[in-house]
Amino acid sequence: MARKRYIHAINEALFEEMSRDSNVIVFGEDVELAIMGDMRGLVDRFGRDRIRNTPICEATLTGMAVGAAAAGSRVVLHMMFSNFIYTGFDAIANQMAKLRLMTGGQAKMPITVIASYGAGGSNAAQHSDSGYPVLMNLGGVNVLLPATPADAKGLLKEAIRGNDPTFFLEAGGRGGEQGEVPDGDYTVPFGKASTVRPGSDLTLIAIGSMLKPALEAVKKLAAVGVDVELIDPRTLVPLDEESLVESVRKTGRAVIADEARDCCSAASQIAAILADKAFRDLKAPVKRVTTPNVCMPYAPTAEKRVMPNAESIERTCLSIMSSPA
Amino acid sequence: MHCQTRSSPDTVDMLLGVLKASGSEQRMTGTKTVPARTQQLELFERMVLIRRIEERLRADAAAGNLPGGVHLYIGQEAVATGVCAQLQVSDWITSTHRGHGHFLAKGGDPKAMMAEIWGKRTGICKGMGGSMHVADFSRGILGANGIVGGGFAIATGAAYSSKLRGDGRVAVTFFGDGASNQGVFMEALNVSSLWKLPLVFVCEHNQFSEFTPSATVTSGEIVDRARAFKIPCTIVDGNDVLAVWQAAGEAVERARRGDGPSFIEAHTYRIQGHLEAEDLFLGGGKYREKQEVEAWRQADRDPILRYRAELLRQGIVGSELDAVELRVSSTLAAAMKFAEESEAADPELPFQLMFTNRTV
Repeated sequence: MARKRYIHAINEALFEEMSRDSNVIVFGEDVELAIMGDMRGLVDRFGRDRIRNTPICEATLTGMAVGAAAAGSRVVLHMMFSNFIYTGFDAIANQMAKLRLMTGGQAKMPITVIASYGAGGSNAAQHSDSGYPVLMNLGGVNVLLPATPADAKGLLKEAIRGNDPTFFLEAGGRGGEQGEVPDGDYTVPFGKASTVRPGSDLTLIAIGSMLKPALEAVKKLAAVGVDVELIDPRTLVPLDEESLVESVRKTGRAVIADEARDCCSAASQIAAILADKAFRDLKAPVKRVTTPNVCMPYAPTAEKRVMPNAESIERTCLSIMSSPA
Repeated sequence: MHCQTRSSPDTVDMLLGVLKASGSEQRMTGTKTVPARTQQLELFERMVLIRRIEERLRADAAAGNLPGGVHLYIGQEAVATGVCAQLQVSDWITSTHRGHGHFLAKGGDPKAMMAEIWGKRTGICKGMGGSMHVADFSRGILGANGIVGGGFAIATGAAYSSKLRGDGRVAVTFFGDGASNQGVFMEALNVSSLWKLPLVFVCEHNQFSEFTPSATVTSGEIVDRARAFKIPCTIVDGNDVLAVWQAAGEAVERARRGDGPSFIEAHTYRIQGHLEAEDLFLGGGKYREKQEVEAWRQADRDPILRYRAELLRQGIVGSELDAVELRVSSTLAAAMKFAEESEAADPELPFQLMFTNRTV
């Protein structure tokens, strides 16, 4: 184990997988200069055939990823901000997600799309979305939201080795955060939630960027005698329903923290699953802490107002602790 | 290589007149080659196969026998046939929603295609894709596509991968005049020219963007869009299979040499509607005159009748061509029998296909 930054863990995964398999290629806008940090040094080590700047043409980049994967390459496509996924959405929704089915299983789609999501840096509405719910609804792509350096590295390596289209979404502005990362070659399997902290009173499910404020909330709740079980699903597709349901059956209470807009958020989907499968064990309504259905404003004051945070998570947890058991 | 600009094609007669008058000038190099006699017969057989299969589909669509809609390629057979005859099995193609012709021309199995269209588990895509998505990756057929312009970027990506891997494969993207109005066309021209990708753009100008005459929704000449990216381009009579074959040969060779993409604009005509049974929802409206369609069915325009006459001129005897028709009939009958006798698609298959376990 060694303490590493989130962005360095991602960078390490890319170095390791590109070294491991010469068929792995990377392309995207400004990847050579690595303005997001995660691609730093790759072009010097692997050359421009394997990591290349593209024109700004997302509609073609996503389609190229499909074609290159179909032709036998193992593709890592960097889309910078997750909002740009919308710009390239046709080939994602109509080709990438559907080709396995439409071809009767002929198509392998070893594609990893990397993008940064989330607000908090005054990047304004077109660079701040947590747009993964639309990806979850496609049915044909994996959606990963690693919250820690260790998970980032392990999930990215697993994604690059896989044969299905996978979105690896980095929590924006969190590259500098540190965490323990295992030594050597390791991967994190999809569809396995991580129990960050066991507890007995309430299950708090924190998605991606919400893990950090959730941890703060858990500390404060512990101080007032609320014992929270904190779970990080790590991957939204596939989703480890079993672990979430099992925890809520034990605690009888559930709060889901998700930076996505509330309508059709990942939190909404998880809430529906819990209502369906843990209904008889619930002591209180399932609560969601999400971004309200507004576009992300620019001004720090307004941004802070609409984003979920430690205080809103804590407040929501307390609100259902007082419900009759 | 040079580009030839044609005058505004307000009428198809005028267009064909330009093409015929220009003779060898429309060639990219001007060096005319002719396929060997056996290959000529193969070209003819492939065109006839596509035509007869689609005539059968037309009848079945009219009778309401098909599970879904079909977009037929009748009248455009020379384009797919002429281009694919210049490709290896391992070369890539991306096709359109009007994709049966490309599938068959690239060597796709007629039986598996018919079974697919009938929604059977023996279909080339196990009944999961249907008419609009026939694909055979083992033969480089990366799929027909329900999205107009959906193939540009896929072919660009395949060409990019093949260039990086140095596997010598060439990619061809077939698309229509309608797709040339998609923005991704410009993006793919830019990337492929910039990186000298082994890619051939084949614009099948069949005069219609779905239910709209293309001239009413298209500004300027499509070929000029490719020329802006310094891509060698040519306009060819798309109903002359030998002219298509010649142009494709030069473009494919250039791609294989590593010299980058080429652009071929093949002028043809969509005999059938955008899709079969369209009269049901056109509500009596029309977007072209019957006599215009009839003119394209005549012996001087129809690509198969024209080629048949050409082969007879070259001294191939009628009985050889009749034998081709017989072979095609038997292929079609076998394909239909196979489709009819096959079991319906597995309704549980979607749950198994969406994701795969990792294999590396």
